[in-house]
Amino acid sequence: MITVNNRDKLKWEEGMTVQEVLDEMRYSYSLITVTVNGKLIPAKEYDSCILEDNSDVIVFHLAHGG
Amino acid sequence: MGNKNLSIFSRNVPGSTDILQESTVGIAGCGGLGSNAAVALVRAGVGNLILVDFDRVEVSNLNRQYYFQSDIGKIKVEALAGHLRAINPDININMHAIELSYKDTPEIFKKADLLIEAFDNAESKRWLIESWCSAFPAKAIICGSGLGGIGRTNSLVIHSSGNIYFCGDEESDSSMGLCSSRISIVAGMQANIAISLLTGSKEK
Repeated sequence: MITVNNRDKLKWEEGMTVQEVLDEMRYSYSLITVTVNGKLIPAKEYDSCILEDNSDVIVFHLAHGG
Repeated sequence: MGNKNLSIFSRNVPGSTDILQESTVGIAGCGGLGSNAAVALVRAGVGNLILVDFDRVEVSNLNRQYYFQSDIGKIKVEALAGHLRAINPDININMHAIELSYKDTPEIFKKADLLIEAFDNAESKRWLIESWCSAFPAKAIICGSGLGGIGRTNSLVIHSSGNIYFCGDEESDSSMGLCSSRISIVAGMQANIAISLLTGSKEK
């Protein structure tokens, strides 16, 4: 099982990537940053970062303004 | 501590001043978030700051940023350093009036115990987080995201994972317009988390 933002649950599958989780969760908004088990995953690694079962994925939304 | 005058901190939380005086906080961007967070940190007793911003003060900044009419046209980091020294003349400020890049971030902030992300642009927030976490995975980065508009105080929250902290609603943006009170809250949240982390407080 993959947990997203401490709330949503997704069934884990062998070889599942961060990008697949984002697609499944319909995160189409491009301005995000993602951690897996507390570690930042650079955006260019979403396609290659493979998740282990019971991973904790956090998606932060980046909004303009500061 | 040398000959520093610490009497301005006589009302501080006991035990916090010595730790904060020895701490170094990096601030990337000295606009609405960065300038207000810097003031909070200096008043709390943080002794060392690294300020980065390439911009100059414009009249449209004055609705939310810690600048004055007399600052218009000045380099932001220089104007802000002046205001911070007017609060505490003993503060040690390392300032860089440059446009920060992914590559320069680790070198510029290498002495910082933690970083306050206070950029305006969302894409820039992302590369800054990636650069910081790649160079300093054990050090915290405290970001602001979602601070546009008016009101909705209860929507401003802390969202964290590992050493990454986000303050704001992660939704509203500057296209809605920017209001000083809402930005000051988020800047205050960022400073508050920084102070909690530096002093080892359990509650962030």
